[in-house]
Amino acid sequence: MNDRTLDISLTVNGARVQDRVEARKTLVDFLREDLALTGSHVGCEHGVCGACTVRVNGEIVRGCLMLAVQCDGAAVETIEGLSDSGEVSDLQAAFEQRNALQCGYCTPGMITAAQDLLRRSKKVPSRDEIREHLSGNYCRCTGYHAIVDAVEAVAQARAGARK
Amino acid sequence: MKITDDSPPVLTALDRPNSYIGRSVPRPNLQRLTQGRGLYVSDVTLPRMAHVAYVRSPHAHARIVNIVTEAAKKTPGVIAAVIGAELAKVMTPWVGVLTHLKGLKSAPQAPLAVERACWQGEAVCAVVARTRAEAEDACELVEVRYEELPAVTDPEIALDAKTPVIHASLGDNLCFERKLDVGAVDKAFAESDAVVEATFRFGRHTGVTTEPRAVVADWNEGEQRMTVYHGTQAPHMMQNLFAKHLGIAEHQVRVLTKDVGGSFGIKVHTYADEMATVALSKLLKRPVKFVADRIESFVTDIHARDHRIKAKIGVSKDGTITAFEIDDLTGIGPYSVYPRTSGIEANQIVNLVGGPYNCPNYRAQARVVFQNKNVMCQYRAVGHPIAVAVTEGLVDLAAAKIGMDPLELRRRNLIPDDAYPTQSASGLKFELLSHHEALAHLDSMMNYAGLRAEQQKLRGKGVYRGIGFASFIEVTNPSAAFYGVGGARITAMDGATVKLDAQGAIIVHTGVTEQGQGAEAVVAQCVASSFGVRVEKVRVITGDTDNTPYGGGTWASRAAGIGGEAAWQAGKALRANVLAVAASILQAKPDDLDIRNGLVVDKDKGTERLPLDELARIAYFRPDTLPPGFQAELMATRHYVPRAWPFAFTNGIQGSYLEVDIETGFVKLLKHWCVEDCGTIINPQLVDEQIRGGVVQGIGAALFEHCLYDERGQLLNGNMADYLVPMAVEMPDIECGHVVSPTADSELGAKGAGEAGTAGAPGSVMNAINDALRPLGAQPLTDMPFTPDKILRALGKV
Amino acid sequence: MKPAPFAYKKVRTLKEAVALLAKHKDNARLLAGGQSLIATLNMRLSAPALLIDINGIRGLDGITKKGKFVEVGALARHAQVERSDVIARYAPLIALAMPHIGHPAIRNRGSFGGSIAFADPAAELPACLLALGGEVDIASAKGKRKVKADAFFKGLFETALRPHELVTAIRIPVADKNTRVGFAELARRHGDYAMVGLAASARANGKGLTDVRLAYFGVGDTPIRVKTAEAALADGNIDAAVSALDLEPHDDVQATAKLKKHLAGVLLRRVAAQLLETRP
Repeated sequence: MNDRTLDISLTVNGARVQDRVEARKTLVDFLREDLALTGSHVGCEHGVCGACTVRVNGEIVRGCLMLAVQCDGAAVETIEGLSDSGEVSDLQAAFEQRNALQCGYCTPGMITAAQDLLRRSKKVPSRDEIREHLSGNYCRCTGYHAIVDAVEAVAQARAGARK
Repeated sequence: MKITDDSPPVLTALDRPNSYIGRSVPRPNLQRLTQGRGLYVSDVTLPRMAHVAYVRSPHAHARIVNIVTEAAKKTPGVIAAVIGAELAKVMTPWVGVLTHLKGLKSAPQAPLAVERACWQGEAVCAVVARTRAEAEDACELVEVRYEELPAVTDPEIALDAKTPVIHASLGDNLCFERKLDVGAVDKAFAESDAVVEATFRFGRHTGVTTEPRAVVADWNEGEQRMTVYHGTQAPHMMQNLFAKHLGIAEHQVRVLTKDVGGSFGIKVHTYADEMATVALSKLLKRPVKFVADRIESFVTDIHARDHRIKAKIGVSKDGTITAFEIDDLTGIGPYSVYPRTSGIEANQIVNLVGGPYNCPNYRAQARVVFQNKNVMCQYRAVGHPIAVAVTEGLVDLAAAKIGMDPLELRRRNLIPDDAYPTQSASGLKFELLSHHEALAHLDSMMNYAGLRAEQQKLRGKGVYRGIGFASFIEVTNPSAAFYGVGGARITAMDGATVKLDAQGAIIVHTGVTEQGQGAEAVVAQCVASSFGVRVEKVRVITGDTDNTPYGGGTWASRAAGIGGEAAWQAGKALRANVLAVAASILQAKPDDLDIRNGLVVDKDKGTERLPLDELARIAYFRPDTLPPGFQAELMATRHYVPRAWPFAFTNGIQGSYLEVDIETGFVKLLKHWCVEDCGTIINPQLVDEQIRGGVVQGIGAALFEHCLYDERGQLLNGNMADYLVPMAVEMPDIECGHVVSPTADSELGAKGAGEAGTAGAPGSVMNAINDALRPLGAQPLTDMPFTPDKILRALGKV
Repeated sequence: MKPAPFAYKKVRTLKEAVALLAKHKDNARLLAGGQSLIATLNMRLSAPALLIDINGIRGLDGITKKGKFVEVGALARHAQVERSDVIARYAPLIALAMPHIGHPAIRNRGSFGGSIAFADPAAELPACLLALGGEVDIASAKGKRKVKADAFFKGLFETALRPHELVTAIRIPVADKNTRVGFAELARRHGDYAMVGLAASARANGKGLTDVRLAYFGVGDTPIRVKTAEAALADGNIDAAVSALDLEPHDDVQATAKLKKHLAGVLLRRVAAQLLETRP
C-alpha cells in the first residue's frame, strides 16, 4: 500500500499550512516536529495526561489521540495561537500571579482545558466543577489547589466584566 | 477567590529598604511557560540529530544468549544498532556505593546490559535512526535470544540460603545493613504500661514527572567536547559522571539544563539509557536524542518506598512514650543506583523514626536487599514519608490503646520548643525546631474541637469521618555529610556570580537549578534585596556548567537555603564593589552610601546621588574619568556551604480530614492542613505551593500509587491508565500555616521546604482513615496504598 | 512510542467504507473517534495495515427520535450526546452515564458507535445499551442488518460484528413516563474505566417495577445482565436481588474478584433506590 504518506492542508493558529505527513504521525508530533510548535507537550502518548491538549475546530482534543492526517481541512489552535490572540491572557496572568504552575509542562494543556470550561460556562463554575473539567489534565507539581484558584478567579472576573 | 498581589513584607533583620525577603514575588520565568515558549529537553533539536530507541528485556532476569541486529540495520532510516559489548568500549561501567554507608556493596552496571538483563525494562540494545518512529520500527526487528534465569522478587526471601544470588561476585543479595541500639530499649518496653506492635508496608511507587526523562548528547569531534542537554537536577554532578565514564576531562563536558518538566528526585540519578545515549553520541560523532516514552518510564525511572517495617512503641499511662523499635526490610532492584546509592532511604528511616519526640530509647535495624525489579532510589522526601508514617502510626495506635486524644499524646512527647539545641535518640542534631507552636497553630487553624464534634454527630447518621495527624521533621540544606564524605563528587556547596550590566541591571549565575520550584525567583529576590535593585532588574541564569558557578543543583530541599544564601552574599559583595565606584565618582565615603531601588543614595537621608545606569556608563565607558589606580570590579562571586550543622532540620505537623464510605471502601478527602517551619520564608507563595504539591504526592502514596509486580518480576500496571496518579477531582483544598525558626548558620536563616508536604501527608491520611474506622472495630490499616479492597478487608466486608 | 506504519484512507460514503472493509477485512481497522484505537496504535498493541477513516461520512452523527426509538448515529460524539436535548428527554440513562466517560477532551472525539463496536467490558455505553434493550444497526457490502443488544456482546472485545461490517447507528427505546433508569459506577479517579458499574432500566408498575434490566460492566468479558436479580427486583425484594447476583468477575489491577462482587451488591442497592424513586 502506498497511502502511508499523505498531503494535508489545514490552518494552524490561523495560518494556512500545507504539508506531507506520514499517516501514522499524531497531531501533537506533527505540531511539535513539523511545525516546531513545541508548546503542546507529550506526556504519555496514550490519552491520559492531557499535556497535549489542543483545539481542533473549536473543540479541545488530545493531540496524541488524533492523527495529523485527520486534521486535513481543520482549524487547529495551540497554546502559541491562544497566547498571541490574547484569548487566554487573563488565564495566563492568573496562573502566573497565583503560581498555578511549577515546571510548566502541563500548563499549556491546562490553560487550554480551563479556557474550554470558561467559554462554555454560563455561570461561574464551582471549585468542584473546575476540578471535574480539569480531571483529564495531570499536574504533578501543584497539587491542583492553585490551579483551581486561578481558574476560579478568572471565571469571577469574566462574570464581573459581563455584568 | 481573589488572587492577592503580594503579602505584606515581613520585617526581619534582613529587611532592607527595598527587601523582597518574605514577599510573594511572581517567578520571573512564568510567562514563557504559560505561553508554551519554554525550552524543555524534549523540545531540543540540533543539526544532524538522530534519535535512539532501546530494545528492553521483557524478562526480570535473563542471560542474553545473542543479539542479531542485521535486519534492524537494514531498516529505512537506521543509522546504527549497538549492543552492550560495543558500547562498553566507549563508556566504563559504574558501581553505586558510598564509603560512609559502611559495608554497602553493589555490582558494576553498564550503559547497556552485557550478558545479563537484571530487570524487566533494562535496555539490551540501542537503535539509532533519523526519527524515533523509525528507531522503534527497527527495534521490532532486533532478535534477542534470552535464557530466562530465576527471578528474585520477594525481599523477605532474598537473603535465604536457597534463594539464588543475583550477582555471584557479591556473595549474597544483601546490599546494605544498619543497626542502631540507643538507651535501654528492652527495659523501657518491659516497664511500659502498654506496648503496641504493627507491621507497616509501603507500596513501591514512582515519580511520574510530566515530562519524561530526556537527554540530547552532542559530541563534537572537532572540538573534542561533549555537550549534553539534560533534564537533570544536578548538572555539575552529571558533568563529572559523563566525563569520568567516557574517560575525558570534565572541562570537555558541558551540561545544559533549561526547563525541566518535573523532577522530584527522579532526575538526580545516573540512568543507564541516558549514559548510553551520551556514549552513542561519542561513538557516532553526532547528536543523539533520547526521550523516554511513558511506558519505558514506568520500568526505568527509579522507584521508591518499597519497605516493610515491623515497628513497636511503648507508652506509659500518662502518655509518655518510652521506646521505639523498628525492623526495616527493603528491596532495591538489582543495582544500587549511582552515585547516590540505594541505601539512603533505609538509612534515613533509621535516622528519622521517633525524631520529633523526646524518647531516649530506640532500636533499629534496616536491611537493603537486591532483587530483580526496577531499581529504587531517592524520590522526593527520601525515607521521610515512611519514617513519619511509622512513627505517627505508632503514636496514634498508642493513643488509642491508652484512650488518650492523639493530639494530646503528641503534646506530651514532642520535644519542647525551648529545649534546643538538642539531638534525637538516633543522633540527629537539631538547631531549633517548633513542634509545639506548630501543633497549637494547626489545632486552631483546623478547628480541631469543632471537627471532633462534627465527626461525633455524623457517626450517629452512619457517616464515618476521620481526623489524622502527622508531626514530622525534614532534612534540608545538607552539608557535605550527606554525600561528599562518602566519596561521591556531589558538592554540598553552591555559588552565585553577580554582575552589573552596562545599564545598571543585574545578571546572576547560580549553581542551583530551576525545576519549577521557583529557585530562580528566590535567587533573584535575594540578590535584589542584598544589592538594592528592583527584582525585575535581576536576570538569573541557571543550568550551564560552562557558565554557572560550581554547585550541587536542586535536591534535598537545598536550593533556597544554600543557593539563596550564596546569592544574598554575592549581592552584598557586589554592592560593596559598586559603592566603591560610586564613592570614587561622588568623592564620598562608601560607608555613607547605599543602593536602593537601583539608585545610589545617601545612607542616612535616602536622597538620590547617582542612578546605577549612570554609574555603569562611567565605569564601563569612561573609566578614564575615575581616579588613577582605581579599578571598578562590577562582578562578584560568593559561595556558601552549611558547616555548623550536618543538616538544617525543619519541622511541622499535618492534619487530614476525610470520609470513608464503609460500603465501598472509597475515601473522600475533605480537607488537608499543613503547618511547617522552614525558617526564614523568602517567598511565602512558593513555600505554600511546595507544600501543597508535596502533600498531593504524599496523598498519592497513601491512596493511589503502586507499582504492582507479579512474582516473576513483571510490572502489571506500567501505564498512565493503570498506575493512578492523583488527579484534580479527588484532591482536597490544602491550607498552609507557618512558624518561623531561622537557622543561625546563614545570614538569611532559610531552611528548605520542598519535601515537607510529601513527608507528612501519607501518615496523616493513614491516621485519619484509622480514626474514621476505629468505632467499627476495624483492624488498623498499615499497608499503603489504602485501596477500597484493603479498607473493606479491614472492615471484614470482603 | 510511535505507531507502526499504516496506510490511511478517508472515505466519504458508507458504500466506500464497506467496500474497503470487504477488501481488507482483518487487515483494516475503522477509525471513528479513535480514543481507544490510537492509544493502542501508539503503544504498538495493534498494527493494522490500513486505517479506514469514516469521520467524513455525512449523516452518521444524528441524534433523533424516530417513533419508538431514539436513533444515535455511530459517529455522534460523546460530547454531542451529553448536550443533546433528545437524549436528556428520551434516553435519560445515557444522559446519566455520559459524565462518567473519560474527560471533556476525550468526549469531544470519542464516538457512540465506536464505544459500542469496541465493546470494552468496563465501558459505560455497552452496558447502557444492554440495559435499555436497544439494537445495533450494521452495514456491510452485502447489505444491512440489526442485532439486538442481548445478542451483540459476545466476548472480550468481541461482538456480533464481522470483520467486513460496521456499526451505523444505535437505537434505544424511547423513555416514557413509566420508564425508570438508574446508573452508578465506582472508579478510583473520575473518568477512569469503572472497577464496577451498573446501568439499569425498568418500567414503573404502581409502586413496583417490571421489565427490570440490570447490566453490569467491569465485572466480566462483556457487559453482563443478571436475570435472576432482575426478577427478584421486579418482585420488590432487593435483598434477594443482591444475593441472587451470579457474577464471576476476574481479578484486575484495581480490584480483586471478591471486591468486585461485593461492590456489585452495593451498587445494586444504590441503583435499585434510583429505580424506585418516584419521578417528579
